[in-house]
Amino acid sequence: MSISAVLIANRGEIAVRIIRSCAALGVRTVQVYSDADVDSLAVKIADKAVHIGASPAAKSYLDQKKIIDAALAEDVDAIHPGYGFLAENPDFADAVVSAGLIFIGPSASSIRMLGNKVSARALVQSIGVPTAPGSSSILKSVEEAVELSEETGYPLMLKASAGGGGRGIRVINDVLELRSMYPQASAEAKAAFGDGSLFLEKFIAEARHIEVQILGDGARCVHLGERDCSLQRRRQKVWEEAPSLISPAVRELLCQQAIRICEAASYKGAGTVEFLYDTVSEQHYFLEVNTRIQVEHPVSEMVTGIDIVKEMILICGGDSLAYEQADICIRGHAIECRINAEDPAKDFLPWPGVIESLSIPEGEGIRFDSMLHEGCVVPPYYDSLLGKLIVWAPTRGECLSKLGDALMALKLDGIPTTTSLHRALVSDSHVLSGDFHIGFLEEWLLSQYPS
Amino acid sequence: MSKEQILSPLPGIFYRRASPESEEFKSQGDSVCLGDVIGLAEVMKSFHEIKSQVAGDSITFLVEDGDAIMPGQVLAELDG
Repeated sequence: MSISAVLIANRGEIAVRIIRSCAALGVRTVQVYSDADVDSLAVKIADKAVHIGASPAAKSYLDQKKIIDAALAEDVDAIHPGYGFLAENPDFADAVVSAGLIFIGPSASSIRMLGNKVSARALVQSIGVPTAPGSSSILKSVEEAVELSEETGYPLMLKASAGGGGRGIRVINDVLELRSMYPQASAEAKAAFGDGSLFLEKFIAEARHIEVQILGDGARCVHLGERDCSLQRRRQKVWEEAPSLISPAVRELLCQQAIRICEAASYKGAGTVEFLYDTVSEQHYFLEVNTRIQVEHPVSEMVTGIDIVKEMILICGGDSLAYEQADICIRGHAIECRINAEDPAKDFLPWPGVIESLSIPEGEGIRFDSMLHEGCVVPPYYDSLLGKLIVWAPTRGECLSKLGDALMALKLDGIPTTTSLHRALVSDSHVLSGDFHIGFLEEWLLSQYPS
Repeated sequence: MSKEQILSPLPGIFYRRASPESEEFKSQGDSVCLGDVIGLAEVMKSFHEIKSQVAGDSITFLVEDGDAIMPGQVLAELDG
């Protein structure tokens, strides 16, 4: 493995997570930071910290030149982009390589092939993986969208080709809505992603979100099982678990298709292939590939015992995959709850501030990935994720019970958080029985959750 | 003449325009009706309109575009 020093081009809990894996490998760490993060945990625990700019991300964590200049000045071998910010930007991956450094992630060409939703759909169709009924290429006009909608039916989803991670998606209920929303959706996609291209897909309401964790070395891939991330609010995941409750035959099929997709893109590093599984028709459809480490990777780590961030570093440092598929066993059950700085009583309004006191549950099978410490300031500039409570137990039932105790023991004062939402979810009968789909949480919030 | 104050309802980053290319919601000296949008607060990647809870003439902004704001902070004053 050729990497002896890594620059972390991210912040918050994932920066802390990456530094810990680097330390375990004996790799030196350089943490870049903005004005707002001067006192952050990642800055404190990294071997070296380098200030790169003002608090708004555009002036710091999204500034490619400042990050690459810092990497060259600090003489690191590689840059880890984490998730968000520059993690799925192929131009950044190219720029890192052009500067003579290693990008800890897939090649820019893999990111381009899989990151654009329309080209990814075409790729997976070409190898026989089903996609939801819809566009085979970018929509050229609203008239073409109307024509296609006669085949897919309503409701349908109008999606930004350059979107992803739940952004740039609209649910359309009829042809009038399609005609009126189309120009607005295109303009918004142009503003948000710099590309106004749209495509459409049939909307599947009663579906589970099932995603497969992949590791690849550019030549071959293995899977680390799947995760169920169906509990979502506004297309953002709230609660994730592994394994999912789908049948062993469907699990095997999805995992094998995910491997085929990633091998077709010569995938290197850690990636996730997302599917929708229609619980009514029992059909599954490819959704998208996320070419990065994901927020919810710890549940897969807990059930496989594999440190995914460490494997990413080893592979991108030149090692071959350390595992054959037969080496990887799924043991027990793990659930992750995202603890966000949001107020459940105010329609989940994000609320930054100061963490006045903090008490973290401990014990076997309990993990809390976070950048929090007492007195730390949660700035308003970045996303609202404060930490992730991950619990493992031999069975799902024991895991839910242990999670309930851990959530009661998690105390976080100073700002509102989503801990109370998770305490309510962990005792809900549908959640306990695993009977939910991607629309469940929003309906439940309206009918069951006392705000 | 009394002064009316427009207070921030939430913590975040204050913007006087919907996007860098847009016109200001209100210019210095404009009059403001109840419920008029005077700015936008960006809080952890989500955007929220700030509506005036008071009416008056000749608005004076006390915070700059892009400033960090706190709940209860006076964003602007009006002649009531």
